[in-house]
Amino acid sequence: MFAYIIRRLIYAIPILIGVNLLTFMLFFVVNSPDDMAVSQLGQKYVTPAAIEAWKHKNGYDLPLFYNAQEQGSHTVTETIFFTKSVKLFAFDFGRSESGRDITTDVSTRMWPSLAVALPTFVVGIWVNICVALMVVMFHATRLDRWAVFVFVALMSISYLFYIIGGQYLVAKTWKLVPISGFNGDIQPWKFLLLPVLVGVIAGIGSGARWYRTLFLEESNQDYVRTARAKGASEIRILFRHILPNALIPILTGVVVVIPTLFMGGLLIESFFGIPGLGSYMLDAINSQDFAIVRAMVFIGSILYIIGLILTDISYTWADPRLRLD
Amino acid sequence: MKPLILWSDMLIYLLVFALCIFFLRLRRDPQTREHWRQVLSTRLGMVTMTIILVYVGVALLDSLHFRRALEPVAGSPSGEVFYNNKVTSVLDLMLGGMGDRFERTYSAPFALDSFEKQDMKDDVGHTYRDFPPLEHAGGHLSHPGERWGDVLTRSATALLWGVLFSVLLIAPQWLLLRRSPFPWHASWMTQAVVICLSVWLVNISRYYHVLGTDLGGADVAYQSIKGIRTGVLLGTLATLIMLPIAVSLGVMAGYFKGWVDDVVQYLYTTLSSIPGILLIAASVLLFQVYIDLNPDFFTVGLEKADARFLALCFILGVTSWSSLCRLIRAETLKISQLGYVQAAHAFGVSHQRILVRHILPNVTHIILITFVLDFSALVLAEAVLSYIGVGIDPSMASWGNMINGARSELSREPIVWWTLSGAFFFMFVLVLAANLFSDLVRDAFDPRSTTASVAA
Repeated sequence: MFAYIIRRLIYAIPILIGVNLLTFMLFFVVNSPDDMAVSQLGQKYVTPAAIEAWKHKNGYDLPLFYNAQEQGSHTVTETIFFTKSVKLFAFDFGRSESGRDITTDVSTRMWPSLAVALPTFVVGIWVNICVALMVVMFHATRLDRWAVFVFVALMSISYLFYIIGGQYLVAKTWKLVPISGFNGDIQPWKFLLLPVLVGVIAGIGSGARWYRTLFLEESNQDYVRTARAKGASEIRILFRHILPNALIPILTGVVVVIPTLFMGGLLIESFFGIPGLGSYMLDAINSQDFAIVRAMVFIGSILYIIGLILTDISYTWADPRLRLD
Repeated sequence: MKPLILWSDMLIYLLVFALCIFFLRLRRDPQTREHWRQVLSTRLGMVTMTIILVYVGVALLDSLHFRRALEPVAGSPSGEVFYNNKVTSVLDLMLGGMGDRFERTYSAPFALDSFEKQDMKDDVGHTYRDFPPLEHAGGHLSHPGERWGDVLTRSATALLWGVLFSVLLIAPQWLLLRRSPFPWHASWMTQAVVICLSVWLVNISRYYHVLGTDLGGADVAYQSIKGIRTGVLLGTLATLIMLPIAVSLGVMAGYFKGWVDDVVQYLYTTLSSIPGILLIAASVLLFQVYIDLNPDFFTVGLEKADARFLALCFILGVTSWSSLCRLIRAETLKISQLGYVQAAHAFGVSHQRILVRHILPNVTHIILITFVLDFSALVLAEAVLSYIGVGIDPSMASWGNMINGARSELSREPIVWWTLSGAFFFMFVLVLAANLFSDLVRDAFDPRSTTASVAA
């Protein structure tokens, strides 16, 4: 087990290098630093001197891979590739184009993101399982067919509609909670209630539909027939036989998402004004802050890879027949 | 008139052509025909297919662009003709100039007055502040009180015309297909509803703004209809771009195994580990910089928007191929163990021939299911991306841009709800139809799915 995790971690290194190279290609080879300077400065005020000054200020005035003017190891380290890309591996994200320290920003903005994403995740799974169980109880009836139709309809509604509708109804018309904003000290639940609610409702369609198929798959298994033959009641079969077995694919399926909860949700955070990593990314995209986007791409891939490893571990934990070696 | 062929127009017609050939070829295969029969033998399948075809038809009509010739100006050399910079499509003609009736700013559905007060002068020259009457709504009424009665009578006549058109269109179909075992009547009902609605819309729009106008004074109903092309094209073109990459890499990885498999697996793990939205945002931003730096490539504004649109399709395609690739690799691994592939090997059939003749036909159902499933996801993604600011060019009509433009107006009192509703409604109908249809397709084609779905 331990050896397996170590091996997976070693496998992760080439993937991270790949991510790094890809982002480097995207940001520096496809578009030269000159192009970025032009778009940052705005078309009107571009002079060669202004471009040089911008590049120098942000550390883009170095060669891409090899610096012939330097001596010894500096030929490699004094390059854009080393200063901007390799340093990400040491979690040194450098400064954003506006001069703020990205590492500090990320570590403070992580928690509001988690405060929204974690409750949404946990409550969402719970609600979806409950809804799916209820539907499965009425399997192969008219109610079941209509429920599936409603799930598909819920899936077909744009996420933006849930957010806008929720804000309009709960916050504006009923005035139950503030429309947006976040305060970690004074009654944070007040600000979290609506985003979590919207996130959960928006997820019901696809979530409950998926869990319903998982439950139905389990209910075709032999042990269910055996239980029925032994005279167990339908309720008992559902809760004592199907539910625990169906929880395995549900849990192992969602594990991959857990690390990325830190990243937060782009839309939820920007609509509700939550100062998390999601709105951080959105602001970076809108202000074309490539340094932040680069750092977030890297963090996101690390979290995803951790999620993959956790998934594998959760398989062995849930199903003792699997061995990871 | 001078036709203008955008790259996306060309691609979408090419795609339709390719799909037709694909389906004609598939018709020969009895198993595939059986699957399609299963999809279309349900009423739901008929209804959703009709709706999807209507959307695709509108998108195709909207993809025939041309530039109108300008009236010759007195004094200019006579032989030379200048063309309008505004690009018109065949759909615009069919809508009867719905897009040319601009107001000053917001107005509510069926309103006669503008939504905002404005300084106006009365007959004697005194300035007063009131809601100015709209330019293109209710001008034919002698008294504002007649409005709803007028709407009703016009709706009634329009509906009569709609019924007439429906009968004309459906009667030949009935004559041809009345003995067919498929539930065509469901499709005919849908067609009739669509025809009646569109005849009504085009008629009423000549006198009122059915869904009001947006901030720039453009008709919301018209904008929503124009959004269809963007949604449909994005959903199909992005998948089309991704298919060759995903299929060829997936099949090769599953068939050759060894280092090919390692490389392909490495590629898709790397790509899928990057948060999709960030990769898309970064790529679009970079492409936007490229467009901004090379403005000479494009003669009309729409061409610039079109280039960005194609880039977005391309980026969405490149970032989303990994899941299909994974599925196809797994399926190919399974298939290449089967007896007939082994037998082909033993007979000395070349790799290329085995791949094309024995493996590709057996993964087509995965391709088809993914194509239909991804379509609705892409339409929804467009709205989100446009909201973030990395989607469709703001000058191009799209549902995402409409939502983006309207969301700040929700804090107004009274609330401007019609732009959002228009965009959400048109998007919802398309996505719902596509989702329900994809369910049916998956149930029919996926050998593993045994549980019957919504087939009502």
